[in-house]
Amino acid sequence: MSLLATETESTAVNRPAAGKAGEGKPGLSIGWIAGFALPVLVAALWEAVVWAGLANGRLLPPPSRIGATLWELARSGELAMHAAATLWRVAAGFALGAVVGTALGAISGASELMRRLMDPTLQALRAIPSIAWVPLFILWLGIFEASKVALIAVGVFFPVYLGVAAALAGIDRKIIEVGRVFRLGRIAMIRRVTLPAILPAWLTALRTGLGLGFMFVVAAEFMGASEGLGYLLVDGQQLGRPDRILAAIIAFAVLGKLADGLLVFVTRPLLSWQDVSRNRM
Amino acid sequence: MLSIDALSKTYADGVVALEKLSLTVGDGEIVALVGGSGCGKTTLLRLIAGLDTASAGQIRLDDQRINEPSANIGVIFQEPRLFPIEDNVAFGLNHLSAFEREGLVANALTRVGLSGHGGRWPRELSGGQQQRAAIARALVTRPRLLIMDEPFSALDPTTRASLHRHLLSLWDESRPTMLLVTHDVEEAVTLADRIIVMQPNPGRVFETFANPLARPRVRLGSGFETLSRQILTSLDHSLKPGRPQAAPAGTADAAWW
Repeated sequence: MSLLATETESTAVNRPAAGKAGEGKPGLSIGWIAGFALPVLVAALWEAVVWAGLANGRLLPPPSRIGATLWELARSGELAMHAAATLWRVAAGFALGAVVGTALGAISGASELMRRLMDPTLQALRAIPSIAWVPLFILWLGIFEASKVALIAVGVFFPVYLGVAAALAGIDRKIIEVGRVFRLGRIAMIRRVTLPAILPAWLTALRTGLGLGFMFVVAAEFMGASEGLGYLLVDGQQLGRPDRILAAIIAFAVLGKLADGLLVFVTRPLLSWQDVSRNRM
Repeated sequence: MLSIDALSKTYADGVVALEKLSLTVGDGEIVALVGGSGCGKTTLLRLIAGLDTASAGQIRLDDQRINEPSANIGVIFQEPRLFPIEDNVAFGLNHLSAFEREGLVANALTRVGLSGHGGRWPRELSGGQQQRAAIARALVTRPRLLIMDEPFSALDPTTRASLHRHLLSLWDESRPTMLLVTHDVEEAVTLADRIIVMQPNPGRVFETFANPLARPRVRLGSGFETLSRQILTSLDHSLKPGRPQAAPAGTADAAWW
């Protein structure tokens, strides 16, 4: 039987793999360098301007001063403590928001009736600015961790809910039909058809949710925190230390990027089947 | 035997896709449905596959009424519809043990010329190989009826010819009844024992051609060409107002598609 395979078909097998091996790496390294070029250039320019005495750098400290502050915070253990507090809050809020968002998104996406029941209310709640929840959460949950985690969970919830609901509602009818032709049961249909179909959109929604989690943690830590990178921001403002504020901002950026990178790294194997022009998220 | 009796399908928007269509396909017979756009070919296949419900009439496979997907009916779609999972071919074998599944899948892949490709992702396969995988998936459950909706339309002529030979050799092993929808008259003549021309608005049987040619069928033969011309002429007439039932031979016109 295999003799019936044409040369055209058999040679096509190796093409994508060969293409992947040969391409990408040089572009990737240039991309990395290009990504760093602009911020490094701007930082070097500002450093030179302050060093030359053209600006005093009091409100916008030069990179060397921010670096020194970061080093000092790291050496004293303050940075690790604040970063750990922030990470814990984001992780807890992200887990809560992602689980609830996925569950409600799945219910809304799978049932038209449930979508009609839930979606208008959730869309109205989505329009509420995050900061508006703060007084209510403090009243309900107190000033400590619970209210902060709840606020972050709200931020994570909406993109995950929307992503899952939209992905479920938009599954290609054709692949559902294949499952029906093979008379898959409800569980098998979910496991073998639905989940793989919504996985890319779900992971994108989780990434968006994680990004929002890092935004909401700032608002959460503004409400009476005694530790966390958000607290460091407030502390820097009250002490008139812009270098501390910028050090906290840089720490936020690094943590956010690392968390996003970790999420992509962990979930990449789940998407290895995708036939896309760029195999990166 | 597949028997379709006075089958009608009217969609919610009022479009009558099929009207009182009756048709019988014998055991092991290969029947091709050809017709212009909107003649209800795909609707008919979806109804036979149990993916849609008829407005009137009934479909029976060996005296069993078809209202929903059945283990006795395999479907090959226009596009392979493969999944982001490695066990596409094992899709319909959930009820078997892993050992039995693996054996059947390996055998099915060998039969379609994809031995050793079981671990590949769909994107790593060419179009022809993907459709081979879809054929393996449909045949591995050994259905009594195999229905195909333009399964080779997206492939190049060389791959298509290869898959025609391949499909016929697979059919020869267990001789399932096959119902094929195609736009390609040559494909219909190559594969089918009987070619049914359908007319549109609403979809009905317009004319039926028995195929007397012995297999393997040579496209350059005069009999092949004559039959193809007759079918093309019938197709042309099926789309014209007034629709004469008798198609004069040798007046082929490819304008129908």
